[in-house]
Amino acid sequence: MTNTEVLVIGAGPAGIMAATAAAENGRRVVVLDDRVTAGGQIWRDATVGPDRHDDAQKKRVLERLRRSGAQLLGSRSVFTAEASGTVKALHESAAGSSVEEIGFEQLILATGARERFLPFPGWTLPGVFGAGGLQAMVRGGFPVAGKRVVVAGTGPLLLAVAAHLAEDGAVVSSVVEQAPMAQLAPFTASLWSQPAKLMQGARFRARLWKTSYRTGCWVVKAIAACDGRQLEAVEVTDGKRIWTESCDLLAYGYHLVPNTEIAQLLGCEFRGSFVRVDEAQRTSLSNVFSAGEPTGIAGLEAALVQGEIAGLACAGRDTTSLQRRAAAARGFADRMDKAFTLRKELRLLPRRNTIVCRCEDVSFNSVRGHTGWTDAKLQTRCGMGPCQGRVCGPAVEYLLGWKPVSVRQPIFPVPMQSFCSQAEAAEINNTTELIEENK
Amino acid sequence: MSESVPVTINGVVCHVTRGTTMAAAMLLAGQPSRISVTGEPRVALCGMGICFECRAVVNGVAHRRTCMMLCEPGMSVETNL
Repeated sequence: MTNTEVLVIGAGPAGIMAATAAAENGRRVVVLDDRVTAGGQIWRDATVGPDRHDDAQKKRVLERLRRSGAQLLGSRSVFTAEASGTVKALHESAAGSSVEEIGFEQLILATGARERFLPFPGWTLPGVFGAGGLQAMVRGGFPVAGKRVVVAGTGPLLLAVAAHLAEDGAVVSSVVEQAPMAQLAPFTASLWSQPAKLMQGARFRARLWKTSYRTGCWVVKAIAACDGRQLEAVEVTDGKRIWTESCDLLAYGYHLVPNTEIAQLLGCEFRGSFVRVDEAQRTSLSNVFSAGEPTGIAGLEAALVQGEIAGLACAGRDTTSLQRRAAAARGFADRMDKAFTLRKELRLLPRRNTIVCRCEDVSFNSVRGHTGWTDAKLQTRCGMGPCQGRVCGPAVEYLLGWKPVSVRQPIFPVPMQSFCSQAEAAEINNTTELIEENK
Repeated sequence: MSESVPVTINGVVCHVTRGTTMAAAMLLAGQPSRISVTGEPRVALCGMGICFECRAVVNGVAHRRTCMMLCEPGMSVETNL
């Protein structure tokens, strides 16, 4: 077991700033992340080919983390946590996996967000990816040069993804944004007060001069090629008529939902879907802090300042000087939330036989007859697969209004051996071998 | 020039650029990462270890998230059935 004073879970912008601030102020800090390197999703490095998307702020922040003395432990996925002061993480490598236990005095949850996927006919076809998902695959060596891509859904991520895909040689035929122009306008107008964001938006648009940006439109269907195994086109609607756009890939996502499983497991109080924190980023548990998207979807600037506040608070430092920036970030989050509010027509996307739970292949029709999550889980296995409802949970919440039920450890699947002594683990291995032999 | 890494995907040796994730290698090889409970081929969706659609059998161990691992010489991966 490793012991530290401050444990940060998540090495995205919020976690990096939290770890840096705490370590620079004399605290012993360990940062865990399930990926190999720091940066989170927004600062994900390309592991293949040139990194065209490198930026100065990322370099500066990562360099400051390195100098701070905080220890980064990558490839660690936290699967259980206790507020009394321990977490357990699965350390995965090509060689195999092992469990590590880490003790802490203070915990900072900077677990980021994931994309919201709404089910629609054809969304399980190979060729349909998350918007950030496709970008991640490209950075991991999947080439898109010459491929025709439609980017669809909602949120500021769509334009960023489309611009990056275009840079990587994809032919982005259209960006399909469900929010109507009138709903987006106040958000876009407010960017005048933030020149950096405005410049970024302008750069994205410049790269996409051949791409049509359709607001108030959404994808209703993904159509398979004749082999039935690969995407060939999508059907798009503006609510009045439906047309077909042929494409090799669809990159889609309906904005972001926070990763709050650890906060739920610990028993932190929530405000709606988000972890409730005070001005020092402290949760309802006195030794647990949270920063970034789990406390509200607010983007990069908010994550950086909230992380810094949480780190300073853990070191007992004053955070007054950062509160103005934090308040501005909250304002940005509120405007973004209004701009990308989901239209009610999206609730009509799934047909009777459209799969809602991809892990267990549960159709919309078999889920909607139930009274709530517990009932549906018991009767249909919806949300009971390996992702533990991380994909279908937010979808069902939007489609049927069901609130998520309690979270239990392990918060993602881990090998049975992780819970055993060495002797017990050996016994499981022997039994598994016997079963395999008898097949 | 970037170095190539040999990996075996469903029994066929493929050469991928160093730094390629196993999920990307399976896409390049045109192989699904898993077959769903009703028999549909599936590939990675989220690319960040959340959705578990990219899970495959890596070096004999089932249910490994291939989007979270880089190809290393000699690795073997099979579609999770």
